[in-house]
Amino acid sequence: MIIAAIGVLILAAAPWWAGRAELRLLGEIYLYLALAYLWNLMAGYAGLVSVGQQAYVGFGGYMLFALTMFGGLHPIAAVLAAGVIAALLSVPVAALIFRLKGAYFAIGTWVTAEVFRLSFAQVSSLGGGSGSSLPVNVVKSLAASRSGREALSYWLALGSAIVVIACVYLFLRSRRGLTLTAIRDSEVAAAGLGINIWRTKLEVYVVTSAFTAIIGGLIFLQKLRISPDAAFSVNDWTAFVIFIVVIGGIGTLEGPIIGTILFFLLRETLADLGTVYLIVLGVLAIVIMLKAPKGVWGLIRSRFDLELFPLSYRVKTDTPDKGA
Amino acid sequence: MSALLSINSLQKSFGAVVVADATTFEVAKGEAVGILGPNGAGKTSLFNLITGALRTDGGTIGFAGRDITNAPAAARCKMGIARSFQIPQPFGGMTVFENALVGATQGAGLPGSRAQAHALSVLEDTGLIDKANMRAGALSLLDRKRLELARALAAKPQLLLLDEIAGGLTDAECGALIATIQRIHAQGTTIVWIEHVVHALLAVVEKLIVIDFGRKIAEGAPKAIMDSAEVKEIYLGIAADA
Repeated sequence: MIIAAIGVLILAAAPWWAGRAELRLLGEIYLYLALAYLWNLMAGYAGLVSVGQQAYVGFGGYMLFALTMFGGLHPIAAVLAAGVIAALLSVPVAALIFRLKGAYFAIGTWVTAEVFRLSFAQVSSLGGGSGSSLPVNVVKSLAASRSGREALSYWLALGSAIVVIACVYLFLRSRRGLTLTAIRDSEVAAAGLGINIWRTKLEVYVVTSAFTAIIGGLIFLQKLRISPDAAFSVNDWTAFVIFIVVIGGIGTLEGPIIGTILFFLLRETLADLGTVYLIVLGVLAIVIMLKAPKGVWGLIRSRFDLELFPLSYRVKTDTPDKGA
Repeated sequence: MSALLSINSLQKSFGAVVVADATTFEVAKGEAVGILGPNGAGKTSLFNLITGALRTDGGTIGFAGRDITNAPAAARCKMGIARSFQIPQPFGGMTVFENALVGATQGAGLPGSRAQAHALSVLEDTGLIDKANMRAGALSLLDRKRLELARALAAKPQLLLLDEIAGGLTDAECGALIATIQRIHAQGTTIVWIEHVVHALLAVVEKLIVIDFGRKIAEGAPKAIMDSAEVKEIYLGIAADA
């Protein structure tokens, strides 16, 4: 706990000790970490294997642009508003795609994301298919100087990652978290024990979508430019996120951290190789899925009985009549 | 005598395979009923229909005076129906205690500390208290069966459905399980029990129902049923005229 707090403080001070490129990279890492936690909650715990979360990343990004350019909102307010609107939007989307099961659900989410992409490409005031840049006055409203802006978007990224991790952790520790873990392990037994599976999944989907849109807004606040292809990229916002969660350990709280570190290590060392880099990622993912279906964290946990985030309820053995 | 569970002309088939064909019977409050039948007769499907894991093709299911034919599975559990699974379905990544806690908080709807106390007492009743902190996925077969029972009991059911809970156990293990189930029954819980281990069944139940190809072929006092020629033929493979 203390080590974690010191680590966060050191990271929070990064604008004073890191260069511009490192700052940008770290910010990206935090946002990917947040996306990975969200996808892991949804797919790893609630069993909603979506390959269409780019719908909400892109939606959040576009809402940032639309609300600041036409609504006159401050960028941070626009990002939060994007989260609220995404939550509202996700309810009818869920009503539609929750009718689909398994692979059909996955395809349904992808189709939904494509509908989002094509819809935003039709909006000519947002640049249509070629996209647009965030106007200078909006960018200036964030902070007057360039370094100030970069520090602010860095802190926003760090803060959002911490908030997402804390929310996911606290949610899983709560009573509702217990039901979600039960659903992860056996849906048929969970339903038989009085758990309303549909409602629990809907809650997770709505919350995940809202946070994903907020992260999307922050991603494009960092990029300052948006286009339908970048905003709704299945590679950037879903494939890489799935890679992170799967190699780290799906359905665990620790997995996404390990996955994110591995992913960025690989990307920073191999990205210059071009296509080869993607081939390496793919091969690594396949090998881990075959050899260690529970990911790197699953391997570690099977060797040592370890929990970075204490989630289990344990019974204290010295007082057998009292709960832990 | 009021019926807690009433099954009326229940109909269910998967393609050409009929698992419930005009099945009709009643279980009185506080009764213990055994269900016999060869493999594939539709016994587990009957439980799936009662708990709401499967939808009926026709007929009605009544519980405690209410029609629950179209109620979702979770709602039926909250009304007081809990089951054990023939093939244990533990929440493998959770501890044994947490498994019971899910039943206590969700099924029985108990608040925090009372749920924990109830989960612990259930683990004590089923002999799992020493393994409370173990991951459920690491349990042996006997303990998985016990956990099925513990989790169902944690939901404080009025009607407990047991699906081959004695199958695969040694005689000593089976004896301990029978004692546990007898105790639960004595406390007033209504039990419907599917079992191939006939002596275990006969130690508890007051009535037997025999099912074959989804049809109820006999119902009555255990001794009379076990002695009937039709049951011997279908269930034990002895020709009726032999």
